[in-house]
Amino acid sequence: MSETKTMTINMGPHHPATHGVLRLVLELEGETIVNATPHIGQLHRGIEKLAENMNYQQVIPLTDRLDYTAASLNNLGYCMTVEKLMGIDVPKRARYIRVIMSELARIMGHHLWLGSHALDIGAMTVVFYAFKDREKIMNINEELSGYRLTPSFLRIGGVAKDVTPDFIRSVREFIEVFPEALEGYHRLLTDNIIWRKRTMNIGTLSADEAMSWGFTGPSLRGSGVAYDVRKAFPYSSYDDFDFEIPVGDNGDVYDRYLVRMEEFKQSLKIIRQAVENLPEGPVNVDNPLVTNPAIEDVTEDISALIRRFKIQCEGPTAPAEEVYHAVEGSKGELGFYLVGDGTAQPYRLKIRSPCFLLTSALPRLIRGHMLSDVIAIIGSLDIVLGEIDR
Amino acid sequence: MNMQKVIRVSSRRQEKGKLIVPLLKGLVYTLKNLFSKKVTILYPEHRRAVSKRWRGLHRLKTDENGELKCVACGLCAVICPPEAIRMTPYEEDGGTRYPLEFFIDEIRCIYCGFCQEACPKDAIELTGVYDYVDYTRADLQFDIEKLKRPEDFIFKGK
Repeated sequence: MSETKTMTINMGPHHPATHGVLRLVLELEGETIVNATPHIGQLHRGIEKLAENMNYQQVIPLTDRLDYTAASLNNLGYCMTVEKLMGIDVPKRARYIRVIMSELARIMGHHLWLGSHALDIGAMTVVFYAFKDREKIMNINEELSGYRLTPSFLRIGGVAKDVTPDFIRSVREFIEVFPEALEGYHRLLTDNIIWRKRTMNIGTLSADEAMSWGFTGPSLRGSGVAYDVRKAFPYSSYDDFDFEIPVGDNGDVYDRYLVRMEEFKQSLKIIRQAVENLPEGPVNVDNPLVTNPAIEDVTEDISALIRRFKIQCEGPTAPAEEVYHAVEGSKGELGFYLVGDGTAQPYRLKIRSPCFLLTSALPRLIRGHMLSDVIAIIGSLDIVLGEIDR
Repeated sequence: MNMQKVIRVSSRRQEKGKLIVPLLKGLVYTLKNLFSKKVTILYPEHRRAVSKRWRGLHRLKTDENGELKCVACGLCAVICPPEAIRMTPYEEDGGTRYPLEFFIDEIRCIYCGFCQEACPKDAIELTGVYDYVDYTRADLQFDIEKLKRPEDFIFKGK
């Protein structure tokens, strides 16, 4: 009997199907993978370290660049952590606007996942339709915040500006047209024999194993665990809304796909409720130490002017305590661990990235599969390297 | 944990589904889309209108006499997260303050809009100009003269 030799190949970092700059070193035996090693860190920008030299509000635009496919969710996670540290209670209208923004961001992130996941496997059409619909959300973002991909719209203690009637109208319009588009994705993929053959029983992970790998979000729910931060630890008025957690049974690529497809629908349901029940009131907390005074007050009133200088130059200070707060990101539990030291700058900011833990399970998921299944598995985990490398 | 509200998505899962019919259904859907309205536009001849809140190229506002509203207080430079703004303040004998120099590094800027939120004189704003190009990095260090007229930098094609 002749001795078999394995072959080592490099996938990435500039491979289009690695969703960023992930480098995978694959050990192959024929076309079967015996071992895989992910190498990360090629998109490292030092966001955690940068945050230590900025005041609390300056960090907000940085958090947009974590998971840039669903930027508002990162804003929400960070702002809520700072508010928890400072003990600020956000007004209800602002909480609702935040919910609308973050659920739109979730749909946006899932669009990018759907498009690129299908494109990786070979279904070229879906990516065009997904991006066409994603464009509508980007227009909504633009209408509200002035920026399309990285809105930076949330502020400590509220949101930057109040919503416009145009915004409400375009969100309503989106709610109207989107279910039809979603049904279109289902028609293109769900029953398609090629799609099913490529995704069913690939990358299977049991519920216990998924939990022990630290999975969260749609990837965990695909394995059958009904854990959603929005339900388990409701934040930002999420307990006002009626929605369901989609859960899979098999824990393979196809179930993770179905879970995310159902999440589109649930997010839409939350947005509809939030838009219909949007309460009146202020969009910023009434706290002179945190809220930037309005420009009309600044020109009239010297104390407002001084307050603005104080808030902008020094920034709101936080007590010397540490807090952890997590939100349900589009990829999983996105947590921020913040240590204050009594000044206006964070002493330490640690970001719990769901994608990092998903990537750690890649070798386990890939092993034993064919080379072409690697791409399907990476796509189904929906990792974004901006969040892993930070 | 709140466990009652759960949807089992596996009901849509068909281990042994049909072969041809779903493929045809997908093809019909793409065919229908073939005749729908185009979503793309031919840039730069055609442009889409941007929102009023668009955060593009900066403008230093002027008053009715053409003087800068800016009093060079430096709030925008302090709040700017990427530190893209630098200025040299000057104060006349009468107490009038204005910037001698004012630079915004348009490459470094991340267009978060914090400068316009910070400004106590409403002197800086972000405009709807988004496609300005130049050949060197030095040319994209916008000074006062350039920042007064951002509309001149809209890309008009070759």
